[in-house]
Amino acid sequence: MNILVCISQAPDTTSRIAFTNGDKEFDPNGVQFIVNPYDEWYALVRALELKEAGGGTVTTLTVGDASTDPVIRKALAIGADAAVRVDFKPTDSMQTARLIAAHAEGKGYDLILCGKETIDYNGSVVPGMVAALLDLPYVALGTKLEVANGVATVMREVTGGEEEVEVTLPAVVSAAKGMAEQRIPNMRGIMSARTKPLQVEAGSADAATVVRTFSLPEDKGSCKMIPADQAEELIRLLREEAKVI
Amino acid sequence: MIASITLKDGLATKGSLEAASYAVALAKAEGTEAVAVVHGPLKGDGGLGATGIAKVLHYADELQDAGQIAKLVAAAASGSSVILAHDAVGRAVAPAVAVHLNAGLVSGVTELPASGAVRRNVFSGKAMADVEVATGQAVYTVTPNTFPVAADGGVAAVEAFQAEVGEARVKVKAFHASSADGQVPLPEAELVVSAGRGLKGPENWGIVEDLASALGATTACSRPVADIGWRPHHEHVGQTGVAIRPNLYIAAGISGAIQHLAGVNQSKVIVVINTDPEAPFFKAADYGIVGDAFEVLPKLTAAVKALEA
Ligand SMILES: Cc1cc2nc3c(=O)[nH]c(=O)nc-3n(C[C@H](O)[C@H](O)[C@H](O)COP(=O)(O)OP(=O)(O)OC[C@H]3O[C@@H](n4cnc5c(N)ncnc54)[C@H](O)[C@@H]3O)c2cc1C
Ligand SMILES: Nc1ncnc2c1ncn2[C@@H]1O[C@H](COP(=O)(O)O)[C@@H](O)[C@H]1O
Repeated sequence: MNILVCISQAPDTTSRIAFTNGDKEFDPNGVQFIVNPYDEWYALVRALELKEAGGGTVTTLTVGDASTDPVIRKALAIGADAAVRVDFKPTDSMQTARLIAAHAEGKGYDLILCGKETIDYNGSVVPGMVAALLDLPYVALGTKLEVANGVATVMREVTGGEEEVEVTLPAVVSAAKGMAEQRIPNMRGIMSARTKPLQVEAGSADAATVVRTFSLPEDKGSCKMIPADQAEELIRLLREEAKVI
Repeated sequence: MIASITLKDGLATKGSLEAASYAVALAKAEGTEAVAVVHGPLKGDGGLGATGIAKVLHYADELQDAGQIAKLVAAAASGSSVILAHDAVGRAVAPAVAVHLNAGLVSGVTELPASGAVRRNVFSGKAMADVEVATGQAVYTVTPNTFPVAADGGVAAVEAFQAEVGEARVKVKAFHASSADGQVPLPEAELVVSAGRGLKGPENWGIVEDLASALGATTACSRPVADIGWRPHHEHVGQTGVAIRPNLYIAAGISGAIQHLAGVNQSKVIVVINTDPEAPFFKAADYGIVGDAFEVLPKLTAAVKALEA
């Protein structure tokens, strides 16, 4: 089975968020970038497990400029066979999806695995767009994924529980927590990642949305402290002051 | 304006009612009407008229494949913008609707558009973005619990609606309910009681559940607690778990790591209970109690019960 895993880079989860260029762009200064956790821990690792069990290849695809190469090498170190980067800095999900679809079209991937969302843009949209553009079935928010005889069985998150669904491959699936366990790359993986192919393709697409400005939330006022032995006072405040209960 | 609606037992879900209310408000601002598109068994107008929806387009068969729902919604949209809930269904359907309509999609909006841009949260709640849609039609998904359900409408006209939606390629085999005890699902919950490693073990969760049930709240937990199996995975909130935005979030024995805050910092009121006065969570809280959760939680439960008595 040949699997395409869509990998994006995201600021480390502890990063301080700041903006530049008149608050129109994220300021990457001093930010450590990581592979988007959903893409790495769940989508990529599950793809590797499926390959280890049944053979095939795992290719990663990233839409991004050369600054994303280090996180792509990380994905190779974890075990992907090859990586493709479409050399374009997207500002909108539609662009990303069009470039992913354009790359995947006609390549015969059995499965396209994505993360459920990026932790910077939090769109939760790219995989669904890729599926629609390629006219493939789409299962969002998968927490378990098994493949047998060309059919994927996916457990997916739905409001109030989980649903088990079946879909004939090829298909697009987005990965949520539970699909796999994080893998730490070992020394051999890191060494071999240096020689694995990272193919760069040209591409461009129009944006359907534009961020006018980014802003940061206002600081919370100071926290009102209630002595532990007057806990019932909290309940009164929640009802009479905050009016939430 | 078109609202894409999910029905449960014939009535619109809470997230869908919020999306419908959002569509009605947008339509009013533009001097048009809001129309809902639904599929599957429908009771009356599905509760949609009350939000101000003028007309319900009803596709008789229940659809479970997001690809089919997207085709239905795109067929109903003909030139209009589309509003969906940012829930499991909306996340699967909206991207395909945007592709079919060739429209810009802004997911997880938190407010109505203002002077040509619409606000959404980014960086897991650490920042906001005001986004302009560059296409004529727009698709928005509305973050749960950010837009109030309107109730000043009337009764909507129901009209049968047909569309070419193709075959179901994703087939549902089984459903496993996670909140067996009738709790409101986390993403929709208005009140949440959550606990972390400070509770020391799964056997101690009774005091968390007691407070939650006294309040009518849903229970949640920090990530390590789900990882070690003290609590089910679906209760894990934060950057890599569920992102929530309840009216009240009570956190007991949770330190307030940045990845935890990322999933809860949009809550309207945050209460933190921690033995450590230096716990970072207090900086993000509205009310704090420095104290032992094992003593404080039962006191709070008793106080809630006393209030209700
Ligand atoms: C990439 C990444 C993603 C992550 N995503 C998430 C996520 O989505 N959600 C998440 O929650 N975490 C996430 N984490 C983990 C996060 O960094 C913290 O480790 C985690 O939130 C800590 O959980 P905790 O507060 O329950 O435990 P601890 O940090 O151990 O805190 C326990 C707290 O309980 C207090 N306490 C102890 N005894 C009592 C008592 N008797 N009464 C009251 N208080 C008491 C202590 O003072 C302490 O503050 C992520 C980490 C990484 C690296
Ligand atoms: N620039 C990108 N390159 C490759 N894959 C991406 C990119 N952006 C998003 N994706 C994939 O789409 C998923 C959802 O992203 P989003 O819709 O931005 O939340 C991610 O988890 C990735 O798997």
